[in-house]
Amino acid sequence: MSQSVDDLVKSNADYQAGFISNIESDTIPPGLDESVVRFISAKKGEPDWLTEWRLQAYTKWRKMTAPEWAHVHFPAVDFEAISYYSAPKDMSDGPKSLAEVDPELLRTYEKLGIPLHEQEALAGVIQSRPNVAVDAVFDSVSIATTFKDKLAEAGVVFCPISEAVHSHPELVQKYLGSVVPQSDNFYAALNSAVFSDGSFVYIPKGVRCPMELSTYFRINERNTGQFERTLIIADEGSHVSYLEGCTAPMRDENQLHAAVVELVALGDAQIKYSTVQNWYPGDENGKGGIYNFVTKRGVCAGARSKISWTQVETGSAITWKYPSVVLRGDHSVGEFYSVALTNNRQQADTGTKMIHMGKDTRSTIISKGISTGHSENSYRGLVRISPSASGARNFTQCDSLLIGDTCGAHTFPYIENSNTKAIVEHEATTSKVSEDQLFACQQRGIDPEKAVSMIVNGFCKEVFKELPMEFAVEAGKLLEVSLEGAVG
Amino acid sequence: MSLLSVKNVTAKVAEQNILKGLNLEVNAGEVHAIMGPNGSGKSTLANILAGKPGYEVTSGSVEFEGQDISDWEPHERAHAGIFLAFQYPVEIPGVSNMEFLKASLDANAFANKREQTNAAQFIKHARALAESLDLNPDFLKRGVNEGFSGGEKKRNEILQLLLLQPRLAVLDETDSGLDIDALQVVAEGVNRFRNKDNGVVLITHYQRLLDYIVPDYVHVLADGKIVQSGDKSLALELEKKGYAWLT
Repeated sequence: MSQSVDDLVKSNADYQAGFISNIESDTIPPGLDESVVRFISAKKGEPDWLTEWRLQAYTKWRKMTAPEWAHVHFPAVDFEAISYYSAPKDMSDGPKSLAEVDPELLRTYEKLGIPLHEQEALAGVIQSRPNVAVDAVFDSVSIATTFKDKLAEAGVVFCPISEAVHSHPELVQKYLGSVVPQSDNFYAALNSAVFSDGSFVYIPKGVRCPMELSTYFRINERNTGQFERTLIIADEGSHVSYLEGCTAPMRDENQLHAAVVELVALGDAQIKYSTVQNWYPGDENGKGGIYNFVTKRGVCAGARSKISWTQVETGSAITWKYPSVVLRGDHSVGEFYSVALTNNRQQADTGTKMIHMGKDTRSTIISKGISTGHSENSYRGLVRISPSASGARNFTQCDSLLIGDTCGAHTFPYIENSNTKAIVEHEATTSKVSEDQLFACQQRGIDPEKAVSMIVNGFCKEVFKELPMEFAVEAGKLLEVSLEGAVG
Repeated sequence: MSLLSVKNVTAKVAEQNILKGLNLEVNAGEVHAIMGPNGSGKSTLANILAGKPGYEVTSGSVEFEGQDISDWEPHERAHAGIFLAFQYPVEIPGVSNMEFLKASLDANAFANKREQTNAAQFIKHARALAESLDLNPDFLKRGVNEGFSGGEKKRNEILQLLLLQPRLAVLDETDSGLDIDALQVVAEGVNRFRNKDNGVVLITHYQRLLDYIVPDYVHVLADGKIVQSGDKSLALELEKKGYAWLT
């Protein structure tokens, strides 16, 4: 006889990015103290102000404790067991030209479908990501940034943040920590002390960035954490679309990823930030996987500016992440579109914060959570309307989809409205992939695996349509892979 | 060889015995109407033919074109050509009708090693079918049954029937909840479907449908068994006398 949905729910996802690259690395011994912070700073030849800034953050972090309010459970992280810096050996003297990069490194990115050779990318030799500039971050360093010259013609700066510290110190000094202060939270403080690399983007006034920008993060080394820092500044009237992707090898131990992303949109500027997060989620028993504790925030600093976060989260053992928008400029717009899928023993506590300060500011939150296996999936969102935000509007829609009956979906919405002339709407639904839906598909000849993937994709449609075209397809496929094992 | 051969089947649902020795033979080119009071086992019959989870055949055999299908998955039965028009079609939000229909068509083509219909041809065909069933072609872009009226849902089932062209169509109270206009459209669709190579099992509560789809045989199902079989005149007799005289 045929199987029921519950029977079909078994585990073992096929994580295709789980290979380990055999790269010789310079990795410092585990543990964190001032000397480690100084070491990282010195390694990057940073100016004194930045070294001091890091040390300040370190001092603050030492006095803080890890947040425990999220709906996730895991043994306390031993911060002394983590190595805070790791770089491929031949990169330790700073980035070189692509020709000198270890071929094994290039192969790693090729295998992941990320072309680092511009010519090949243009010709579409490797997969198809034409017209996308890539910054590739491997463990603690950026190994290559493509299309720099073409972007420079438009006046766009796209480079590793370690490079920007030297090439654009005034911008970095002005904006670093301006959106996410050092002491914002425990993980942000840690990141501020030890951040290794990440991307820096500056779009000048009135410029529409001629291509999609993307950063690809890869954790390879054992027992290391990745602490990247991304800073994107869109000057007045400019426009940029940015995408980040992440993977890590399958390893038995948990690895920490504590990133900070800061976005600044000045008057009339627009930033669209998309994430396809596929960190290793651990095995079916919850062994291994990435702890993804990330602080992402954007500030709509100028009038009529817009920041839009779109995220597709299928990876990580634990996700703790709330991409937020501070709507300071009048008439500014914040958006958050999210698909979070958890399988096996994964736990996700994710959502957003929309802080309305300017007049007539608008925000939209569409969150789709999908849980299967023994996973726990929570939406946590804050909508705050300040007294100054007359005419502010928010619309929130949170939908949860359950596959099987051993998983959990939770919604924690917080609404703080201090302005009587604001409108806040919240809708939430929870549904199950029903046996009837599955049977209806099967009765028309569609096998159960394809049926579930179709139903889930339909559920996520509103979010996928927000992704840049070439990544929407990828996100659909990723979902399919992540669902493997959700049905027989 | 008959198309469908149900021999002495007993079946249970949720530990309750529903079918208690049911026999039914359907040959190609025949339309069989199954009538009977509520709770007699009509929908159970439809569901065991399609292999719905939770419906368990406890003895007897169900053969389709000479093969015992008891262990087949629902989609394998679909690939073989068994089609069930649902009494309560489900909604699949966000999945467009078009996408769903194409996926069904492709899955069946793949399983039967036939070539896939190309997209342009498919869209043309689907639109024409929609129009023939008085459905606005726009409805193909909407989510499967999402926000459809009862009549639209049932017409959508018939559209799928005409598109997939199965060997055996089982219609589970397709007429329920339809007004007379919709009933005529649905009946016309079924009449268009029937031919000498396929078979139809028409499950209905009311004689009314049989004014439009004239069956070759009428069976009365009561308490899990067929208690009376005849031609279309039996349906008229039932309309006059009710079911009580048979049970």
